[in-house]
Amino acid sequence: MPIKVLMPALSPTMTEGTLAKWLVKEGDSIDSGDVIAEIETDKATMEVEAVDAGTIGKILVADGTEGVAVNTLIALVLEDGEDTSALDAAATATPAPVPTTEPAPESASSPASAVASTPAATSKTATGDRVFASPLARRMASQGGIDVAAISGSGPKGRIVKRDVEEALARGTAVAVPVPAAIQSATISAPAAPAFASDDPMLVYLPEFEALPNSSMRKVIASRLTASARDIPHFNLTADIEIDALLALRKELNGREGADYKISVNDFVIKGVALALKRNPDCNVAFTDDAILRFKCIDVSMAVAIEGGLITPIIKDAGSKGLATISEEAKSLAAKARDGKLQPEEYQGGTFTISNLGMFGVKSFNSIINPPQGGILSVGAGEARPVVRDGALAVATVMSLTLAVDHRCIDGASAAAFMKELRAILEAPIQLML
Amino acid sequence: MADTNFDVIIIGGGPGGYVTAIRAAQLGLKACVVEKKHLGGICLNWGCIPTKALLRSAEVYHYMTHAGAYGLSADNVSFDLAKVVERSRGVSKQLNGGVSHLLKKNKVTVIDATAKLDGPGKVDVVDKDGKALPSLTAKHVIIATGARPRALPGLEPDGKLVWTYFEAMVPTTMPKSLLVIGSGAIGIEFASFFRTMGAEVTVVEVMSQILPVEDAEISQFAHKQFEKQGIKIITDAKVTKLDKAADSVTATIEDAKGKPQQLTVDRVISAVGVVGNIEDVGLETTKVKTDRGCIVIDDYGRTAEPGVYAIGDVAGPPMLAHKAEHEGVICIETIAGLPSHPMDKNQIPGCTYCHPQIASVGMTEARAKEAGHEVKVGRFPFLGNGKAIALGEPDGMVKTIFDAKTGQLLGAHMIGAEVTELIQGYVVAMGLETTEEELMHTVFPHPTLSEMMHESVLDAYGRAIHF
Repeated sequence: MPIKVLMPALSPTMTEGTLAKWLVKEGDSIDSGDVIAEIETDKATMEVEAVDAGTIGKILVADGTEGVAVNTLIALVLEDGEDTSALDAAATATPAPVPTTEPAPESASSPASAVASTPAATSKTATGDRVFASPLARRMASQGGIDVAAISGSGPKGRIVKRDVEEALARGTAVAVPVPAAIQSATISAPAAPAFASDDPMLVYLPEFEALPNSSMRKVIASRLTASARDIPHFNLTADIEIDALLALRKELNGREGADYKISVNDFVIKGVALALKRNPDCNVAFTDDAILRFKCIDVSMAVAIEGGLITPIIKDAGSKGLATISEEAKSLAAKARDGKLQPEEYQGGTFTISNLGMFGVKSFNSIINPPQGGILSVGAGEARPVVRDGALAVATVMSLTLAVDHRCIDGASAAAFMKELRAILEAPIQLML
Repeated sequence: MADTNFDVIIIGGGPGGYVTAIRAAQLGLKACVVEKKHLGGICLNWGCIPTKALLRSAEVYHYMTHAGAYGLSADNVSFDLAKVVERSRGVSKQLNGGVSHLLKKNKVTVIDATAKLDGPGKVDVVDKDGKALPSLTAKHVIIATGARPRALPGLEPDGKLVWTYFEAMVPTTMPKSLLVIGSGAIGIEFASFFRTMGAEVTVVEVMSQILPVEDAEISQFAHKQFEKQGIKIITDAKVTKLDKAADSVTATIEDAKGKPQQLTVDRVISAVGVVGNIEDVGLETTKVKTDRGCIVIDDYGRTAEPGVYAIGDVAGPPMLAHKAEHEGVICIETIAGLPSHPMDKNQIPGCTYCHPQIASVGMTEARAKEAGHEVKVGRFPFLGNGKAIALGEPDGMVKTIFDAKTGQLLGAHMIGAEVTELIQGYVVAMGLETTEEELMHTVFPHPTLSEMMHESVLDAYGRAIHF
C-alpha cells in the first residue's frame, strides 16, 4: 500500500491551511527527513518532512491550494517496489477528510522539524487509524498524562518509542489525554500536569509557578520581536493631536439617517495614516541590505489582541478605500482574528502597522516595529486636556500619537514630515472625505 | 594493476570489519578489507568460535563421564587432546573459508597485508613479506583492528608457561594444574574447559565477585557451581609475582590485606582483559583521538578526523563481536546516508559458555537501583521447570528486573543450561520496549526452558505458577 501523506495540524488552532508549495514532484524519490512541502499557517510558513523513504507517487492537492482541512490526503508515496497501479486503490480507499471543527488534539508547539507526514505521527484517534507506539511508550504517556497520538515518533517507520515520550514530557508540550466519556468516572485521577524541566539557574529561586507552554504563536511573537528590538534602530516621535473636529465629523457621519456603519476614531486614524503615507511615500518602506523597498500600495496592519497573543490583520490598499469600507473591514477582520479564522493572506504582508491602546485609557506608548515594515504608530486615548490657544488656556480633546520608525530606512525629517501631515489631516478631517 | 581507489577501506577483517564490508557492498559502495592475518579475526580464529568447539568437546566428555545419570554406561572414557584441538582448529578453518567466500560473493576486495593510515583518505599497505604494495585511497576509512590480550607488568605471558588465549586454545599436553588470572568471560571459559578435562584449576579475581560485569546473584550462583565442580576461586586477590621453573610456575597471590600465599601450578593463563590495537595504524597522521587505549568515536563511529571511523574493540567496550558487527553496520549506513539510530549499549547481550552457561542483557539489580529505579525483581529456578529436569540440568535460574513504575524491562540475567540461546527473547522484548504485560501475555511453548523466562516475569509481579 502506498504511504499516505496527510495535511498536518501545525498548531492547536489550525483546522485548515494553505498548501503553499510542493518542493518535490511526482516521480521524485524522497528520503526520510526530506522537506517535501511548505504549509502556511498561523503567522508562519512551516515545512513538512517526509517520515518514510519512497517515491512521490501522486500529488493530490496542488500548490497554492487554500483551506485544505487538517488530515486531508495530500499525496501518496510509493514504497520500494510499488508501481503506480497501487495508487488508484489507495486514493479511493481513503476516507473522506474529516472537516475538523474543533482544534486538532495536536501538540501545541511541535517544532516544524518534528512535523511528520504520516498517520503514525499525528493524532489519528479521532478517525480510528492505528497509532504505532511501543507498549512502554504508551504506558509512560498515559502515566505522564499525555496523549500518545499527539507525539511525533522517531522509531522505525515513525513508531513512537520511549525517548519520544521522554522528550515530550520534558518539553511539557503534549496535551492532556481526553478521557473517553464511557470510562469517565471519579475513579480516574486527573492526568498529572506535564512536567516542566529547565536547568536555567535563574529559575531556581523563583516561587512556585505554573508553566504555560509556549504556543507556536507565542514563539513567533518572541522571536520576531526580539529580533526587531535587537536589530532595528528604533526612534520615536510623539505628537499631540486635537480631535474635536474629528469627533464632530464622526458624530455627524454616524448620525446620518440610514447610516449602516459606525465609524470609530481608529477608522479615522487608519484612513489618515493611509493618506499621510500616500503624501509621504518615504515612510511607506522596508529596509533590506541591498535596497530600501518603497511600496506601491498602502496596506495598513492593525494589531488585534487575541487569546494567547496578538495578530495583525491588514486593511489592504487603505489609501483608496472610504471610511465606511475601512470601518466594515476592520470590524470583520478583528472578529475573524478573535475567532482564529483569519486566512494567511489576511495577516501576512502589510506595509505599516497601527497599534491602538486608547480604549484602555493609555495616554501614550511606544511600540516595537513589526518587521519587515519600517514604521508603527501607537495610538493613545483621546482625552480633554488644557491647551494654549492664542496665548490663552483652553480645553480640547487631545490624542497622543507616537511613531516608531526604522532609522535604517526612515530618517528623522521624513518621519517628522509624516507626523506633521498626519496631524494636519486628523485635525482637519474633512479632507478625508475627498 | 589492481584497483587502489575505493569508496571505503576497512582495516581489519574481524567480525566488525567483514560484516561492515558486506553491508557496504549491499549499499552499492566499493569496499576493500585489509587483513593482516586471518579473515574472521580473533573471534573466528582465536576467540569465540574455537573456544566453543573446545567447550563442546568438554561437554560431551562430561556427559560421557556422567552417562550413568542418564541410564547409560560408557566405560574407559578418555580423550585425545590433540584431536580435541584439531577439531577446534578445523571449525575455525571452515568458517574462515566461509568469510572469504562471502566477501568474494559480495565483490569486496580483500588485501592480505598490514595497513597504515597516511593521513585521512590514504592507506599504505605492506604485504606479509614486508613488501610495500601500491597505496590505497578512499573517501572513508574504517579502523576495525580489534584488540589483543592485556599484559600486566611482571605477569607478562611468555607463550610457554604463562599463556594467553592463543596458547590456551592449542595445548599440546593437558596441564595437571592451572592458574587462571582474571574471571571475566575468557578466564571462566578456559577454567571451565580445563577443569572438565581434569585439571586442577584455581581462579584469581581482583574484584569481590567472579564475572564482575554480571548481576551479583548470578555471580554467586556461578561461584557455588564452580566450587562444586572443584574449581578453586580466590576473589579480592591479585597475583603479584610469577616465579618460573623449568616446567612449573610459582605464583604469589596477595589477598585484600596484602597477605601473600604461594601456589605452584603447571601453567598460568593470563585473562586480565584486552586492549585496543591502536598502535601502528598511523593514527598519528590524523586528528583521531584516543582514550585509555581505544579510539574515541561518536554514536555513529566517527572519529575526530573527518573520513576516518572506528568500530568494534578498538573503539572501546564492551569488546564483543556482536557489538562490533552492529557498530559497523550503523557506521557504514551513516556513511551511505541512510537514517540510523545510535546503538543502545544497555541492550547488548553478553554470554559466557562455561557450565552452567551465563547470559544477560541490560542492567544488573544493583545498577538499576543506582540509576534510581524502584525495581520489581522476578526469579525462577531451573528446578521448577519440567524440561530442565528432563534434561538433567536442575541448576540455574532466570532473574528479571523491571521498573516498578513503568514496567520497563531493565535487565535479564540467566544462568543454567542453554541460556545463551534463550537470552535473545529478552533482547527483542527490550528492543521493542515491551512491558511486563506483553511478556505475560506471550505464549511460551511447553515443554521448553523458555517457560522459565515467562515464570520469572510472572514472579516479579507475584504471579509465578510453578514455584
